[in-house]
Amino acid sequence: MDFDNNAFKELLDSIRFVYGYDFTDYAEASVKRRINNFMTVNNIAEIDQLGKMILKDEKMFEEFIQQISVTVTEMFRDPPFYKSIRENVVKRLATYPIIKVWIAGCATGEEVYSFAILLKEEGLLSRTLIYATDINQKSLQIAKEGMYPLENMKQYTANYQKAGGTRAFSEYYTAKYSSVLFDKSLKQNIVFAPHNLAVDKSFNEFQLVVCRNVLIYFNQKLQNHVINLFYDSLCPFGFFGMGNKESLLFSDNKPCFEDVDRKQKIFIKAK
Amino acid sequence: MSLNSKYQAIVIGTSAGGLAALMGILRQLPADYSLPIMIVQHRFRDQKNLLEEVLQNKCEIEIRQVDEKERIESGIIYIAPPDYHLLIESDRTFSLSSDPFVSFSRPSIDVLFESAASVYGRSLVGILLTGANKDGAAGLNAIRKAGGLTIAQSPADAEYPYMPQAAIDAGAARLVLKLSEIQTEMLEQFSLR
Repeated sequence: MDFDNNAFKELLDSIRFVYGYDFTDYAEASVKRRINNFMTVNNIAEIDQLGKMILKDEKMFEEFIQQISVTVTEMFRDPPFYKSIRENVVKRLATYPIIKVWIAGCATGEEVYSFAILLKEEGLLSRTLIYATDINQKSLQIAKEGMYPLENMKQYTANYQKAGGTRAFSEYYTAKYSSVLFDKSLKQNIVFAPHNLAVDKSFNEFQLVVCRNVLIYFNQKLQNHVINLFYDSLCPFGFFGMGNKESLLFSDNKPCFEDVDRKQKIFIKAK
Repeated sequence: MSLNSKYQAIVIGTSAGGLAALMGILRQLPADYSLPIMIVQHRFRDQKNLLEEVLQNKCEIEIRQVDEKERIESGIIYIAPPDYHLLIESDRTFSLSSDPFVSFSRPSIDVLFESAASVYGRSLVGILLTGANKDGAAGLNAIRKAGGLTIAQSPADAEYPYMPQAAIDAGAARLVLKLSEIQTEMLEQFSLR
C-alpha cells in the first residue's frame, strides 16, 4: 500500500478538477486502502497509471468511483441506538403534522428500511417523508430495490428484536431463492437521491437527520463542514443521530447541540 | 519518546486465545513505556468495553479503546473498538472505518498492520499472537516488506497455532518467539528509556 504521497494527492486533485468528486478532505488511510484494492483487482501497478486511465476513460472512472465510495451497513446496526430512538425521539417527532427525515450516506439502504419499519410500528410512517441520500449511485440503486441476501436475515432479526421490535421480522419481507424483498409499503414515502456531502448543499428542513459511520471517513475540516450542513438542515429542536464511535468534537456547532442520549450519540439542536 | 530509539510503535494482532496471551506480555509494562502500542484483538461486537476493562485490571500501563481521530501517544495501549477497522494516518492519528470484513474480521489485523506499515515503515514492530484464522499474515508481511521488525508467536507456544503459523508460512515473520521471549524483548529491546 506504499504509494507516493504526492502522486496520491495529485490524483485526488485531478479527480476533483475533471469530475467534480472531492476526496481531498477524506481521511487518507481508508481512501488509500480502497484505491489500493481497486488497483490490485484491476491489475494496475502504479498510481500514475491509474490516474491516466481514469482521467481518460469515463467508464473506468465510474467503476472507480463506485468502488472507492462504497460503504457497508446492516439493518438495525447497533440495536441500542434504535431502541433509544424509539424511547427518546419518537414521541417528540409525533408532535409534527409532517415529519421529514434525512438519512445521509444511506449506502445500500439497510438503515433506511430499519427506520421505515420503526416508524411504521410507531404509527408515524404514513406522515413521514424519508430522504435517503448517498454519493454512490450503485448503492442507491440497491437501496431503491430493497432486496438483500437471505443469509443476513438471521442477524437482522436478532438486531431488530434487540432494538425493541416485537413483531415477527419476516412480516416485512418476502423471501425468494437466496434473496428477500422488503415490503413495498415501506418505501412509499422514501425518496432516494444522490447527494455528495463534501460538495452539495442542504435541500430541505428536517425534524431528524441520521448520518452514521460516514463522518469517520472524513478529516476534521470536512467533518466540521458536514455537521454545519446538518445543523443548517435541522428545524429548531430537530434531532441528529451519529455512529457509535463518532463525535461532535471537531464541530464549531458543538455548543448548539445537546445530548438526548450521549451513549447512543443522539443529539438535539438546542439553539 | 527517546530520539535514539530505533522503533516508534508496536502493533499486535491476535484472535482466539488472545486475552491470556495479551495479559502475559502487557502486564509487566511500566506505565511510562516509551512506545505506543496498538492492538487488534478479534472480539464480539456486543461486548463494548469488556476487553479494555479486563486488561486494565491486570496492567499498570493505560489501556484505552481508540476514539476516532485520536492522536497517538506513547505510554498508552490502544485497542481497536469492536465492529470497526482501525487505521493509522500519516499525521499519527487514528481513523476508523466501517469497510467490509477482511478475513471475516472487523476489526481486522491486516488492515491495522498494513496502514501502520505504510506510516511507520522500518520503525515499526509487528507482533502476531495466537489465533484460529489467517488474518494478520498479509499484514505482517507488509510490515516486513516496509523494513519493520516482525515477530510471530511460536506455534508450539500458542494456544491456537493457526494464525502465527500462517504468517510463518507466508514468510512474514523475522523472529519466531515464545510469549515469554516476546515479553522480554518488549521490555529490554524495543523501548529505550
